[in-house]
Amino acid sequence: MSKSREILLNPIFNDNPIALQILGICSALAVTTNLYPTLLMCIALTAVICLSNLIVSVIRNQIPTNVRMIVQITIIASLVVLVDELLKAYDYETSKTIGVFVALIVTNCIVMGRAEAFAMQNGPWLSFLDGLGNGLGYSLILIVVATIREFLGSGSLFGYEILVLTQNGGWYLGNNYMVLSSSSFLIIGLFIWLLRSWKTEQIEEPEYKVARNNLETKEAGTRV
Amino acid sequence: MNKNDTLVKTLFVGISLCLVCSVIISSAAVGLRDQQKYLKQKDQQSKILSSAGLLTNQKSIEELFSAIEERVINLDTGEYEDSLDPKSFDGKKFEAEDYSRDPLTSIKLTTDVDISSLKRRENFKKIYIYKEENEIKAIILPVRGLGLWGTLYGYLAIESDLNTIIGLEYFSHKETPGLGAEVDNPRWKSQWKGKNIYSSAGEIKIEVIKGLVEPESPEKKYQVDGLSGATVTSRGVSNMLSFWLGELGYAKFLNRLKEEIERKESLNV
Repeated sequence: MSKSREILLNPIFNDNPIALQILGICSALAVTTNLYPTLLMCIALTAVICLSNLIVSVIRNQIPTNVRMIVQITIIASLVVLVDELLKAYDYETSKTIGVFVALIVTNCIVMGRAEAFAMQNGPWLSFLDGLGNGLGYSLILIVVATIREFLGSGSLFGYEILVLTQNGGWYLGNNYMVLSSSSFLIIGLFIWLLRSWKTEQIEEPEYKVARNNLETKEAGTRV
Repeated sequence: MNKNDTLVKTLFVGISLCLVCSVIISSAAVGLRDQQKYLKQKDQQSKILSSAGLLTNQKSIEELFSAIEERVINLDTGEYEDSLDPKSFDGKKFEAEDYSRDPLTSIKLTTDVDISSLKRRENFKKIYIYKEENEIKAIILPVRGLGLWGTLYGYLAIESDLNTIIGLEYFSHKETPGLGAEVDNPRWKSQWKGKNIYSSAGEIKIEVIKGLVEPESPEKKYQVDGLSGATVTSRGVSNMLSFWLGELGYAKFLNRLKEEIERKESLNV
């Protein structure tokens, strides 16, 4: 695999920002009740992360190291405001529901994490690809979560009714848990479980182990 | 020491970055303002039309909305307030809510009458009237009130008898999707059509009840099914209607308008 392909595709399954690094799940909880706003959110985040990586990478040799984070956050915040304004100007209906979460992209750890960890050390083209890859990795999880939540919670996909809900005179009683944010935790957890059963190298070492008779073995060791 | 870490360089990078970013953002904000305003207005107009059942696919929203007359009214006297131009009356936020913050143009509500948690009520309101051949067909009144997570903003359309509801439409709310946000469900909304607000004695009877309306109940023309799993939102809807249709809301205006309509009818006979 060539270097740029690896940078682009790695964050999707091998190094997924949400599933492996557990970053940026806040918006994954909030905007995923319906697919359409989720898709817009994914596009917004991907655009911001690509451009912020690109810009940070272009000016990285000029950024004084002690203010580099302030510079990064200023760039990210400006891009977020820009995306938010565009959304308001072209899709007012959706911006009413996801507007506040678009503004919160500023605090999304993935964006700043990539700027700091990758774009500060690499050239513009590779940084752009890294941003795109991470954006797609984020989008993958959000779209999976939103598909499950919208289908089970509202019986529809992209707003098109598939299972007719009881409140619309049908047979399907919408799963109210799926419309609440906390269901995303469950789905993301299941997704991580599936992903790690497939790619076992992603399983983390336990941070703390309960040993059997730690003291005894130690004592036995000193005695000998 | 890194050549970038001097004080001069830090200040230079900081200031030029701020300048570039602010120029980009402000030009985007200014450049897109008209488009944003247009979409927002169109959204509001479509909700006004749809509350009165006037929204159709054949005509554009602008065309349909041109048939609607906008008037500013004074809630304390119930009269039209012609000194205020309805075109420029719009508040910065929603339906002149800002006017409720200014002590000159609003009154403070005491807790016993403030059933919809508004805190203050503006004295002037913009309302919308739809006429056919000079006869009032629908009156559309903006309403707002607290639901579960925040304020619901909407329009209530009533017929010219000033008692029968045509529809209730919300254009902004923060209710839970699938539960309280079912106020946007077309099936639930369709129930409002034909419901009565006041009893023959003039009391406000309209309410969102808990559970389903009994088909045999004598009260059913005043009742709407509750939203299941959204008791607080349902109660919020009832409260905001009682408030806005009551003495502190549109009651004075509606009474005055009723007299006007009756007078006109007696002249025609």
